Amino acid sequence: MFPAPFGYVRAESLDEALAVLAREGPGAKILAGGQSLLPMMKLRIAEPALLVDIHRLPALTGWQETAEGLTLGAVVRHSQLERAEALQEFYPLLGRTARWIADPLVRNRGTVAGSLAHADPAGDWGAALLALGASVTLRSLTRTRELPLDAFLVDIFTTALEPDEVLTAIRIPKPAGRPFGTYLKLERKVGDFAVVGVAVNVVLDARHTVVEAGIGLAGVGPRALRAPAAEAALIGHPLESGGIREAAALAAEAADPVSDRRGSRAYKRNVVRVFVERGLKALADESRPEVGVTA
Amino acid sequence: MAEASIQPLTVTLKVNGRDYTVTVEPRWTLADVLRHQLGLTGTHVGCEQGVCGACTVLVDGEPARSCLMFAVQMEGHEIVTIEGLTPEAGLSPLQEAFHRHHALQCGFCTPGMLVTATALLNQGKPLTEETVREALSGNLCRCTGYQFIVDAVMDAQGGK
Amino acid sequence: MANWVGQAWDRIEDLRLLTGRGRFVADLTAPGLVSVAFVRSPHAHAAINRVDLEPARRTPGVVAAFSGADLAPHIALGVTEQPPLALQAVHYVGEPVAVVVAEDRYAAEDGVEAVAVDWTPLPVVTDVRVALAEGAPTVVAGRPNLIAERRIGYGDVAAQFARAAVVVQERLVIHRATAQPLETRGVMAIPDPDGSGVTVWTTTQSPHELRRSLARSLRLSEDKVRVRTPDVGGSFGVKNRLYPEEVVVAWLAMRLVRPVRWIEDRLEHFAATQHEREQVHEVELAADAEGRLLALRDRFVVDNGAYVRGGVTVMQRTAMTIPGPYRLPALEAVGRLVRTHKTPIGPYRGAGRPQGCFVMERMMDRLAEAVGQDRAEVRRRNLIPPDAFPYATGIESPERVVYDSGDFPAVLEEALALAGWDQAAARIEAARQEGRWIGIGLAMNVEDTGGGGYEGARVRVDGNGEVTVYSGAVAQGQGHETAFAQVAAEVLDLPPERIRVALGDTDDIPLGIGTFGSRATTLAGNAVRESAIAVRRQIVEWAARLLEADPEDVVWEGGAAYVRGVPERRISLEAIAARANPLTPIPMGPEGPLPLGLEATTYFQSAPTYSSGCHACWVEVDPRTGQVRVLDYVVVHDCGRMLNPKLVEGQIYGGVLFGLSTVLLEELRYGEDGQLLTTTFLDYPLPTTTEMPPLRIAHRETPSPRNPLGIKGAGESGTIPALAALTAAVEDALKPFGVHLTELPLTPERLLQALAQSQSRP
Repeated sequence: MFPAPFGYVRAESLDEALAVLAREGPGAKILAGGQSLLPMMKLRIAEPALLVDIHRLPALTGWQETAEGLTLGAVVRHSQLERAEALQEFYPLLGRTARWIADPLVRNRGTVAGSLAHADPAGDWGAALLALGASVTLRSLTRTRELPLDAFLVDIFTTALEPDEVLTAIRIPKPAGRPFGTYLKLERKVGDFAVVGVAVNVVLDARHTVVEAGIGLAGVGPRALRAPAAEAALIGHPLESGGIREAAALAAEAADPVSDRRGSRAYKRNVVRVFVERGLKALADESRPEVGVTA
Repeated sequence: MAEASIQPLTVTLKVNGRDYTVTVEPRWTLADVLRHQLGLTGTHVGCEQGVCGACTVLVDGEPARSCLMFAVQMEGHEIVTIEGLTPEAGLSPLQEAFHRHHALQCGFCTPGMLVTATALLNQGKPLTEETVREALSGNLCRCTGYQFIVDAVMDAQGGK
Repeated sequence: MANWVGQAWDRIEDLRLLTGRGRFVADLTAPGLVSVAFVRSPHAHAAINRVDLEPARRTPGVVAAFSGADLAPHIALGVTEQPPLALQAVHYVGEPVAVVVAEDRYAAEDGVEAVAVDWTPLPVVTDVRVALAEGAPTVVAGRPNLIAERRIGYGDVAAQFARAAVVVQERLVIHRATAQPLETRGVMAIPDPDGSGVTVWTTTQSPHELRRSLARSLRLSEDKVRVRTPDVGGSFGVKNRLYPEEVVVAWLAMRLVRPVRWIEDRLEHFAATQHEREQVHEVELAADAEGRLLALRDRFVVDNGAYVRGGVTVMQRTAMTIPGPYRLPALEAVGRLVRTHKTPIGPYRGAGRPQGCFVMERMMDRLAEAVGQDRAEVRRRNLIPPDAFPYATGIESPERVVYDSGDFPAVLEEALALAGWDQAAARIEAARQEGRWIGIGLAMNVEDTGGGGYEGARVRVDGNGEVTVYSGAVAQGQGHETAFAQVAAEVLDLPPERIRVALGDTDDIPLGIGTFGSRATTLAGNAVRESAIAVRRQIVEWAARLLEADPEDVVWEGGAAYVRGVPERRISLEAIAARANPLTPIPMGPEGPLPLGLEATTYFQSAPTYSSGCHACWVEVDPRTGQVRVLDYVVVHDCGRMLNPKLVEGQIYGGVLFGLSTVLLEELRYGEDGQLLTTTFLDYPLPTTTEMPPLRIAHRETPSPRNPLGIKGAGESGTIPALAALTAAVEDALKPFGVHLTELPLTPERLLQALAQSQSRP
């Protein structure tokens, strides 16, 4: 549990960080919150030659809310979103996912962008941000590109990030109506990775018809997954039990889990179905003002 | 531009209000530097895997695991350890509450528990047993079954 | 005499531990200290062809490196079955093979990474059935796969079964788990300046045993080995008995003539520190038509792992725990201890007893079902009555089991009342109307505590009147300093603040056994009492001499002595102590000299005492995901007279956490290749504040007649019935589905499988 030797640079600017990456090549790795990277380094599963510390770069902190949507800087920490009451109106899923991340101590240091870049298939943010239709901004010294999160997440611990790139921002489009979202996680104890994580997000118009739907799944594939068929089944209908059951069944089909110590393939798939159903039911209850139940 | 180096770096750490200048390999965790270079052994290392929370310290007022941070990252941050939460003489109200409620047995998790609970009390919000349990859920204890720890934090709320 | 015993006194230990001033082994340092890391086997079974340490020796910061072959000529092998460093072959993943010494731990790990070992993998046995099969590979060359078979029982089992109206059978499976104290193990050895001896600071539970084993291993006399324990961060059994690393580190210190320190990391701890619990039982219980017990037959197998540490004890305690609080006319428990290529087992919290209790209590629930009675009623009907003590269970071997005292019906009834047993059916029904599945379970136990020999205490008043209690009964969080101070304070009629308690230095007291098996307070506590009585007598004799009175006429009160009727002429403990511990020649009166010093060492010996208890708990199960939430947990506990109720409650609550954790979360898993798959707290989850329910406790105090303080042990009885009680509660929540739970842990998936296989549908 002691890391191999490495070099360390505290970047004073984003350009400096990008320049170091360009110069050092694949041996260099970005260090932000370090809550996933350090355990891997201590196990000597990760042995970067150089760490480029960006955890305090002013350009990457905080977020901007505009008419188009929300842009999260790369070093926004889980706990900041957990407490961000101002984001609850348009992005309720963020706070409700943040509280499920690891444990309170990790949430104080770990970053949302770091979680995405780490690409643990059981990571909660991948599922939640897929459900929100997020995209990511990747910058290198020579170019900037924007990728849908679905294209950014490639495989187990693998993303589209090139060795000379930094994930600098996460963009979430503004909902075209009233948003409702929640995150359900099967964990054995606080701090556990998701055995199964399910993010559900729906946007309703004035007539309570679903105009946007997002369902993201964690722990049930080589990366966080979307359930497009389930989403499509919800759109254009009111959120009611028949449609919810259909969406839940479709989401379970979208899941592609493997059997492991946390549960069998069949078990995890079943939990996806149960959680999508429960999550959407909770949103349906919440969206009816006379019931007013919060999930 | 800063030079990359696997050689030891010299950094200044502000711990418990005091500046310490240390020369340390980048790979040394904050926990190991606190313990082995600064002699602040009240911060314990229980799992090194970022789960048990025995190594919890305050970084700019927020509890975090010192085994999951490299010391070289900490320049410019304010770090507070259990030693910094202990009055010159006697015990703080929170420590007193732990004492009265038998909220510790072996004492290995205790500094981390106290650090996390201090940050919770500093928020100044009214506490329920549920919020206390949630706030402490990143700190493992194998001795107490937690009941007396929760009782102590609830009780310290008044004394804070 | 002041009444200190029995009070919920706040702990002496707390002050240093709350302020970050505790001293754990990893906090100790010494000039020239070097750090150690071990090369450990990545194979469950392999021959060692060659260990190449040269690359490690060339690694920056590395001071030295040694293999088993380097070590073997210098130490006595055979003190333990396992050699300190493996020689020709390794037999479990994590077995130490070589050691690297470096200026710091980071460099030592670099050295370990550089070591090259040439292995030939050999056949791996991870299943006891395979180990026992005809033609099975030999797990450890030259040693049998079946380590021991023990038959524990009494009565005519066959005859009882022949007349039974009801027989219930079950196969019960308990998985491998371990204690995981928050502090891992650690050793720091400081050589004598001339290298002829060594002081070993270590996390052991039994310093005197360790001194003897180390002295034998290092071929030294015991007086050249001093073992000391600093503050220890929990142990629960797994830091007991000599470990390979202790021998290696002590030897390194003498060889290098430098202080050497090894702190186990958590990965090592998972593989290198003993495991337990893993057993399979085939049980049959016979009863009459009214549910009165007739006989129990149990065939069980204990997975020992590769080397013998404490497996025999575990197996015996399992069998001896089976009768519990019930009149059981006949018992036949046959245990087999079997070798596999896994980490060696040894006792931890409960030490085989949780499994024995699980067997009996699961079968009691089955019996209740078979005879159509309430689970509490079938227990009530079989309890040993309060007037039956001393009660001989019938077990004669490995020791005669005779319960000393107890009131089992009162314990049961109080637990039922606290948990709301009589209202349970209505509450469960109401919950089901809301779509919630809740259930209640209960389990009872009787536990032998403080068995096995003696423990000692030395009480000394120094020349300044300072009082110190010394004992080999070291503490790892139990609060012995406070408990022993209370006993000494009561006898010496001093405030407990006046008493210092120093534990865990083999130079302080010649003999000791250690802290395990819920023995320390019972045995050492009574030794403290006897020593303090002796010292009090010495104080009075010296006071009599100084007051020129007969000892019979001297009153000792509140830390001072006077002649009866003359309380204004007092002589303080300080004054008496100065005369009794003289630095100048003392005038001798006509009576001749008094023995010098105020000091006594006694060793208290006793047969076991028997604690008892009943656990009852409520759980809620989500039948669609299999998740379990514990809603409420009640313990009624009788450990005789309590030295300090606060300390007892701490032990019980902590013990319940172990039980809950074992049932719902913890499981050490091995692959078929013998790889340990659970090596972090993410793979092996431990409960946090949010998984633990609120805990409630009620005490009953039936004093033990077997010691003057009337006390019994309390360290393990929070754990022992918890496995059975929680399992019963989960089963009760799923009762409409007809589920039988026979296998632990109760993972969500296992519960869903049980639901899927159940015949009935609600």
